[in-house]
Amino acid sequence: MSNSVTNSNDYLQYLLKSWSAKSASELTGLNQLRASAIDSVGTQRLPNKHDEEWRFTDISPLTRLTYPPSQQQSRLQFSDIDKFCLQNTTNRLVFVDNHYSPDLSNVADSQIQILGNLHSLMSSHASTIESHLGHYAKFDHDIFTALNTAFLHDSALIIVPAKTCITEPIHLLFIASQQEVSSYPRSLVVSGPDSKVTLIEDYVSINQSSYITNTVTEIRLAAHAQVEHIRVQRDSKQAHHLANCAVSLADSSQYQSICVSLGARISRYNLEVQLTGENSNCTIDGLTLISGQQLSDTHTSIDHVKPNCTSRQQHKCIVDGTAHAVFNGKIKVRPQAQQTNSSQSSRNLLLSNTAKVDTKPQLEIFADDVKCAHGATVGQLDSEEIFYLESRGLSKTTARNLLTYAFAADVINRIPVASLKQQLEQIVLNQTQGI
Amino acid sequence: MIDKNSTTLLSIKNLHASINTTEILNGINLTVKSGEIHAIMGLNGSGKSTLAKVLAGHSAYEVTAGTIEFEGKDLLALPPEERARAGLFLGFQYPIEIPGVANTQFLRLAYNTIQAQRGKDELDPLEFDDFVREKMKLLDMKPDFLDRSVNEGFSGGEKKRNEILQMALLEPKLSILDETDSGLDIDALKIVANGVNQIAHKDNAIILVTHYQRLLDHIVPDFVHVMQAGRIVMTGDKKLAMELETRGYDWINADQRLATGVNA
Repeated sequence: MSNSVTNSNDYLQYLLKSWSAKSASELTGLNQLRASAIDSVGTQRLPNKHDEEWRFTDISPLTRLTYPPSQQQSRLQFSDIDKFCLQNTTNRLVFVDNHYSPDLSNVADSQIQILGNLHSLMSSHASTIESHLGHYAKFDHDIFTALNTAFLHDSALIIVPAKTCITEPIHLLFIASQQEVSSYPRSLVVSGPDSKVTLIEDYVSINQSSYITNTVTEIRLAAHAQVEHIRVQRDSKQAHHLANCAVSLADSSQYQSICVSLGARISRYNLEVQLTGENSNCTIDGLTLISGQQLSDTHTSIDHVKPNCTSRQQHKCIVDGTAHAVFNGKIKVRPQAQQTNSSQSSRNLLLSNTAKVDTKPQLEIFADDVKCAHGATVGQLDSEEIFYLESRGLSKTTARNLLTYAFAADVINRIPVASLKQQLEQIVLNQTQGI
Repeated sequence: MIDKNSTTLLSIKNLHASINTTEILNGINLTVKSGEIHAIMGLNGSGKSTLAKVLAGHSAYEVTAGTIEFEGKDLLALPPEERARAGLFLGFQYPIEIPGVANTQFLRLAYNTIQAQRGKDELDPLEFDDFVREKMKLLDMKPDFLDRSVNEGFSGGEKKRNEILQMALLEPKLSILDETDSGLDIDALKIVANGVNQIAHKDNAIILVTHYQRLLDHIVPDFVHVMQAGRIVMTGDKKLAMELETRGYDWINADQRLATGVNA
C-alpha cells in the first residue's frame, strides 16, 4: 500500500474504499449495523486539536498511515503466545490481528456461560446480540466507533446468564502480529441479573511494528450484576491505539474498572460509564506508564443518570522521557440524580524535566443534593525519599524504581489476578532502568 | 568501650560544609574507633544533624573543606549508597514514609543489596522472613510491621524502632543515630536503647546525635561532644552530659569565653 494521503478526508475516503471492497460477510443480521456505520463515517471527519475533546492530543500522524484492514494470515503457535497467557486463567479467547483463533483459545466451562466469537454465536443468540451490540457505544458522534462498527467482523462475546457467577477470569487476548495493518477488535459483554464475572481485556503485540488498533468494547450490567473489567494496553511502542469502551449499569449493579496503559506511540482511551439504574456504583482505577515519545490520552465520562449512585475514580500517570500523558475526567450528575456520591483523583508523576501531563477534571453537576469531590496533583520523585533509600544501600536507579512502583502500587494492587499483577509489578519496577 | 588498640573507623579533619552557600559546619574534628559510643549534643541549629547527613552523603550539602576517612578510605568520594555498602548507617530523625511498598519488601531489598556487596548469600522471602522476625524480637516489634507500608501510619516510636531494626539487619560498622530519642515515650525509649545496646559490640561504633541526656541514661557513651556553631567546642565523658542537663548549654558559652578570652 503506497497511497499517499494528505488530509483526513482522503484518509477516510481511503478507508471507505477498503470497506466497499470487502465482500458482504456472513454476519447477515449485522450488515444493517455495518452499513449505517459506514454511512455515518461518510458524514464525519477526523478530530483535530481545535476540537475541545482532542485539544491535547494530535492524531494527525494517523492520517498518513494508510494501513489496510488486517487479513487472516497468521500461523501463530501456542508457543508464540505462551508468554501472554495468564496462570490460573483457563477461559481465554484469542484474536490474532482481530481474527478469532479457536486453536489458541480455550473455554473452560461452556455450560454456564456463553463465550466465544460473535461470528459463530450469531445464529443461536441473535436476539441478545442485536439488542445490545451498538446500543452503548454509539457511532454517530465518534468517528472511531463508526469505523470500528463499519469494519465489524470477529468479536469477543460474553453472555453471563442470570444468577451465574463465573469464578475464573476471562482473558480476551488481542494479539497484533502484522505490520502496517488496521484492526478493529470488538467486545460485547452482557451480564445478566445477579451475575458476576471478571474479564481481562489485553492488547499485546508479537513485535515492535507499526499498526493501528481501533477497538470498541460494550458492557451491559443487568440489575445486581457485578463486572470486574481489567484492561491492559501493551501494544507495540510504534502502534496507534484508539479505543472506546461504553458501560451501562442497571439498578444496584457494580462495575469495577482497572485500566493500565503502557504501550503505543499514540493512544487514546475513551471510557464512558452510564449509571442508568438506582443504587448502582462504579470504581475506576487508571494507570498510565509511558516514556520516550509516547502520547497516552485517557478520557473518561461517568454519567450519573439516576439517584443514589456512587462513583469513585483515581487515575495515575507516570511519565518519563519526552512523553505526554493526558487525563480528562468528566463527571456528570443529571438533575434527578440526587444523593450522588462521587469522588475523583488525578495524580501524576513526572520522571524527567521534559515529560508532560495535562490533567483536566470536568464536573457538570445539575442536582443539588450531591457529594462530589475531586483533586489533581502533579509532582516529581522526592529527593529526600531517594536519599533515604540510597542510605540503605540501594542505587539511585533502584531507589527511583521502587518509589515509582510505590506510586503505582495502589492501582496495581487492585488487580485481582495474581499472575497479571506480578507481570505489571515487574514492568513498573523496571521502568526507569535506563537512568 | 574504649580500647587503645582498636582500629580507627572514622576520622574527620577540619570539616566545613554548607547548604545554599550558608556555612553550617565550621571545622569539625572527630575520631571514632571501633567499640566506641560517642554522643554529640548541642542546641538546635548547632550543626549536629547536618554532620549526620554529610556523613551519609546527602547531596544538598556541599563540603567546602576538610576530609572524612572511613577505614582509611576517602568517604567523600563515595555516593550515599556506596557509603552504606561500606558499612555506614544513618538512623533518620524523620524516617521517610513510602506508601505502597511493604516494609518486608524494603527491608529485604536493603539487606540483600548489602549482603551481595559483602559477597554473602542473599535471602529469599521465606528465609528472610525467619531472619527478620528474630531481629524484631530485639525491639519488641509485632509481626504486622512487616506487612505494613514502610513507615506509613507508624507512630513516632514505631518509626524509630523500624530504623533500629534496619541497623540490626544491615550490621553497619558505624551507625549515626540522629535524634533517635525524639518523639519517644519512656517505654519506647527503653526498648530502642535496649535494642541499640544489644547491637553494639567491640567491632562496631555508634554516634548518638541528641539534644537531651535522657537517652544517655540508657545508652552510656564513652565520649560526649558538645557542638556549637558548626564546631565541637567541648569533649568529655558521660559526666559532661549530666552537667549539661543540670546547667544547660549557656555555661559552655561562658566557659568558652573565659577559656579563649573572646568577647561574644
